[in-house]
Amino acid sequence: MSNTETETKTESDGSDSLITTDVQAEQNDRSAPSTRTAVAARNLNVYYGDEQAIKDVTMDIPEKRVTALIGPSGCGKSTFLRTINRMNDMIDICRVEGDVEFGGKNVYDPDVDPVALRRKIGMVFQKPNPFPKSIRDNVAYGLKIQGFDSDVDARVEESLKGAALYEEVKDQLDSSGLELSGGQQQRLCIARAIAPDPEVILMDEPTSALDPVAASKIEDLIDDLAEEYTVIIVTHNMQQAARISDRTAVFLTGGELVEYDDTAKIFEDPEEQRVEDYITGKFG
Amino acid sequence: MTDSTESPDLTRRNGFTRIKEGTYGGLFAVCAIVTLLTTVAIFATLLYDAVVFFSEVPVVEFLTSTEWSPNPAGGGQTFGIVPLLIGTVTVTVMAAFIALPIGTLTAIYLSEYATPNARSILKPLLEILAGIPTVVYGYFALVYVTPALKATLFPEMSTFNALSASLMIGIMTIPMVSSISEDAMSAVPDSLRQAGYGLGATKFEVSTGIVVPASISGIASSYILAVSRAVGETMIVVVAMGAQARMPAVREAVFGIPYVNPADVLLDSGMTITVAMVQIAGGDLVGGTLPYDSMFALGLALFVVTLVMNVLSDIIAERYREEY
Ligand SMILES: Nc1ncnc2c1ncn2[C@@H]1O[C@H](COP(=O)(O)OP(=O)(O)O)[C@@H](O)[C@H]1O
Ligand SMILES: [Mg+2]
Repeated sequence: MSNTETETKTESDGSDSLITTDVQAEQNDRSAPSTRTAVAARNLNVYYGDEQAIKDVTMDIPEKRVTALIGPSGCGKSTFLRTINRMNDMIDICRVEGDVEFGGKNVYDPDVDPVALRRKIGMVFQKPNPFPKSIRDNVAYGLKIQGFDSDVDARVEESLKGAALYEEVKDQLDSSGLELSGGQQQRLCIARAIAPDPEVILMDEPTSALDPVAASKIEDLIDDLAEEYTVIIVTHNMQQAARISDRTAVFLTGGELVEYDDTAKIFEDPEEQRVEDYITGKFG
Repeated sequence: MTDSTESPDLTRRNGFTRIKEGTYGGLFAVCAIVTLLTTVAIFATLLYDAVVFFSEVPVVEFLTSTEWSPNPAGGGQTFGIVPLLIGTVTVTVMAAFIALPIGTLTAIYLSEYATPNARSILKPLLEILAGIPTVVYGYFALVYVTPALKATLFPEMSTFNALSASLMIGIMTIPMVSSISEDAMSAVPDSLRQAGYGLGATKFEVSTGIVVPASISGIASSYILAVSRAVGETMIVVVAMGAQARMPAVREAVFGIPYVNPADVLLDSGMTITVAMVQIAGGDLVGGTLPYDSMFALGLALFVVTLVMNVLSDIIAERYREEY
């Protein structure tokens, strides 16, 4: 599933690993446009029963960039995010039409195992949800279920560092993850998500349950994460989207993707009047 | 009471409201105290009569003697708890072997796997199982289980035997384990399951690695209840296991280590502590006699066994606790 040729609209398709490495080196400069697509939606429609939550969305999400999904509450941002790693499979009434491509493969193809897919796509939730286990076991959980048994401690440490939490917790790795503050818990959840080394990290309003200081730490962290991972983040905080994302997708009520462009363009000079109204707070 | 000014009325309530509140508090406290006093009174009675008994029969003899005959025809009573303890432990362990795993797996199925439809059918069924009078289980063991086992697996089985009784006690306590454990598992926040699935865990990994550890204290209390229930179960034992305080034959093994063949215990009749008490109470009971007092010594022993089990399982559960 992972090494299928990437089907993208951009020039370099990265089917050759040498090219990929070159592209990666180049991509550390995030101001340059990304040349590869990590995730793409093709004519995606999602329904809950008879109600449509996502309406004919087509978009390419660039690799190793932060892509923000913004829009008023109930416009389908979470739904869209959850179609990417097929977390919607667990909602009985949810029905998906169209394709979501990851590594060139439609994740809704019958031969795709959602469990294997989710091991490549990490997820961070709105409310910090660490397991009632030790900090170490929290981070090691994904490694454990994927059968890593060597160097677990090293990878735990590395992931905690990657989530900017290591210095704060290095002396209490065996105490419960629930003893941490909300912001620390959320960074623990990020460490847990990156430990198995996924390619994409989905974040659903990861700072909305946190105080501003904790939230800004997470924002800094997201910026760092984009060096290595493709980050797709739902937020209803427009300043946050403007601060941290490279690309912004604006969804409006009905699950419609109204405009999708570079973040600067969306916030400075959107094409659509509706987007401008939403961003300037005229509605939504 | 109310002020005539516009300011909000912040004065302390007096009169009826306060009396009402006070009465409620008192009522609840009385109920709590009644429960407490009952427990203390039961324990005190047990202790008092047991002390009387132990002034006649030394504790060591009671704990080590291998014969239980409180009312022998020819005189010469012996009060040894060992055969009764063997009976109680056998029944409890065997019942636990059935009820704990099946009950836990049932709970996992109900909480994690069952569709709402399956759950709505299974849960009431389990509650019915819990509502059957134990004497019915006893007769079921005697009339169906024993003959079936005898005809198939164990031809040498006697009509009254520990195995059938334990099997039925195990089955009887399954609903207790499954329903309390299921409540504990259902109470685990869904966000933890989502976190697991998000990391690529399978349903089995989420159930066993996240849900079960997070609900371990609830599961442990269901175990305590079920095991205490098995320890105290009387009716099934009387009906299906008979009422003979027997010592199993101790055999000499090849390497000189004496052992008891489990078949000797399981396939034959036996007596538990509770049955011994019922037997004494069912005879021509005269207060102040030694057999009468021995009942309280047995009761105290039972109390201690249950207490020790409770404490032990509390300690074990504490070690594995993952509170959310
Ligand atoms: N589990 C669900 N069952 C039924 N309808 C749902 C479910 N989740 C979301 N919806 C509906 O789908 C629409 C989009 O919801 P959501 O994706 O949560 O929006 P957002 O994250 O943008 O606030 C809403 O109208 C919501 O009511
Ligand atoms: Mg949402």
